[in-house]
Amino acid sequence: MPVYSDKVMDHFMHPRNVGEIENPDGVGEVGNPVCGDMMTFYIKVKDHRLEDIKFKTFGCGAAIAVSSMVSEMAMGKSIEEAQKITPELVARELEGLPKQKFHCSNLGAQALNKAIDDYLLKQGKLKADASKGCPFCDADEQESPICAPCRAGQETEENKK
Amino acid sequence: MRKVYLDHAANNPLLPEVREAMLPYLEDVFGNPSSLHDWGDPAREAVEKARERIANLIGAADPEEIIFTANGTESNNFAIKGLALAQQNKGKHIIISAIEHFSVMNSARTLEKMGFDLTLVPVDKFGVVNPEDVRKSIRPDTILVSIMHANGEVGTIEPIQAIAQITRERKVVFHTDAVATCGVIPVNIKELGVDALSLAGNQFYGPKGSGALWVRRGVRIIPLLDGGIQEGGRRAGTEDVPAIVGMGKAAEIAAKEITVRMQKMIPLRDQLLTQLPATVGHVVVTGHLLNRLPGLASFCVEFIEGESMLMLLNSQGIAVSSGSSCTSRALKASHVLIAMGLSHEIAQGSILFTLGLENETSDIEYVLEAMPSIVDRLRQMSPLYSKFIKAGKGGQ
Repeated sequence: MPVYSDKVMDHFMHPRNVGEIENPDGVGEVGNPVCGDMMTFYIKVKDHRLEDIKFKTFGCGAAIAVSSMVSEMAMGKSIEEAQKITPELVARELEGLPKQKFHCSNLGAQALNKAIDDYLLKQGKLKADASKGCPFCDADEQESPICAPCRAGQETEENKK
Repeated sequence: MRKVYLDHAANNPLLPEVREAMLPYLEDVFGNPSSLHDWGDPAREAVEKARERIANLIGAADPEEIIFTANGTESNNFAIKGLALAQQNKGKHIIISAIEHFSVMNSARTLEKMGFDLTLVPVDKFGVVNPEDVRKSIRPDTILVSIMHANGEVGTIEPIQAIAQITRERKVVFHTDAVATCGVIPVNIKELGVDALSLAGNQFYGPKGSGALWVRRGVRIIPLLDGGIQEGGRRAGTEDVPAIVGMGKAAEIAAKEITVRMQKMIPLRDQLLTQLPATVGHVVVTGHLLNRLPGLASFCVEFIEGESMLMLLNSQGIAVSSGSSCTSRALKASHVLIAMGLSHEIAQGSILFTLGLENETSDIEYVLEAMPSIVDRLRQMSPLYSKFIKAGKGGQ
């Protein structure tokens, strides 16, 4: 039985919206190469809507498929609609993700949200710090390497020892 | 679509002769080797014949020193736990290398939790253990040293003879995990000078579910499995006769063909080792360049991740493996690559080609043809690569 769903394979083999945007309105970067996945999202906003979205991803098949799916789900949406995209919704749209991939590779929604926060910050519509949160769960933890509520990043820290 | 299997470290196909040898024991000869009747006798004879063949493969004079197990992992668990527990009245210090297989590493960690002391000796950037580091680590209470014969992820062959000289001087039991080498390169327990050695049948075209541990006569070991008197009371449980017979047959063939096999695989391996870095660029060869397994070519491809490379290769009919975090269930980069001093970023780009008997030059050519566009495609997607390009360090 293949590890990934047909939908994941489709987005992995034919990723949508790969690339960068020149002079983007917002940029969001999450993850790091230590845990294996890293995503950068670029957005262009017009009339409060995401007019264009591009991404670059370093990571496994799931990470690439998640990025592609998020870009497709958010394209043309209003800021508020796009902010409602959660990792759970992305996984559902992809017809499921392997359990061990859910936390590590499902960072697309966070990367997009970070890009949106970056845009809102530049617009003066968001106060600094609000964008800081754990990329793995909903907690408003500071960006320490380990998120206290979900313990994400703990394994990575142990690796460094 | 063309199919090219280059993941022989994961598993080898059965040789047709091995399959033939196993068949009677899956059919008519179903008796229990411990039974003292006409049904048990042929099963017992077959098990003992296989024991002789395994002993012959590793140069052991006494077949009774061979204990059959279910796989390399069991052999390693048995060796580490069994040898340590048998000697714990002498001391509780164990030495292993930092690049051991998880079956050795985690067995040692389990003993650590039970109160044993563990020292991991480091490796250099080629994955080689320095015997002097082993010497320095030995204490009066050291009871066991376990260093693998060759690493299955980077192919480096370790200086087992030199380490054995030290352990003999210091009278410490020395085990080697030879799962990656037995049946693949010549392995002789007298030349190596070890006291115990693990092997697995599926690494040399025998079936999965077959393994063995050789323990020198006179070296005490505590069984992992308690029960009946099978395997001289050292490993209880009804023997898996077909698997044992299959491994025995595979060992017999390997002992004859080992040199021919090596001569066939080395040029293919070297074709990959030299040409892949040249065609793709920003590729690091991992492991020792000369002292390495004949069929193993391992690399780290910079700026991209191993699993996505593996998947794209699979989409073109090519099977490989990787030591990246994403391919491991543990979601950690390979401890082997990290111990060799590679950064996590580079280690994520790990890719491993392991050759087998059926591979031909044209297979390697097919891989070398497929790789550049796969790597390029992933690099075009990689934020690490665009950062690298923007930093002005030049392209390829």
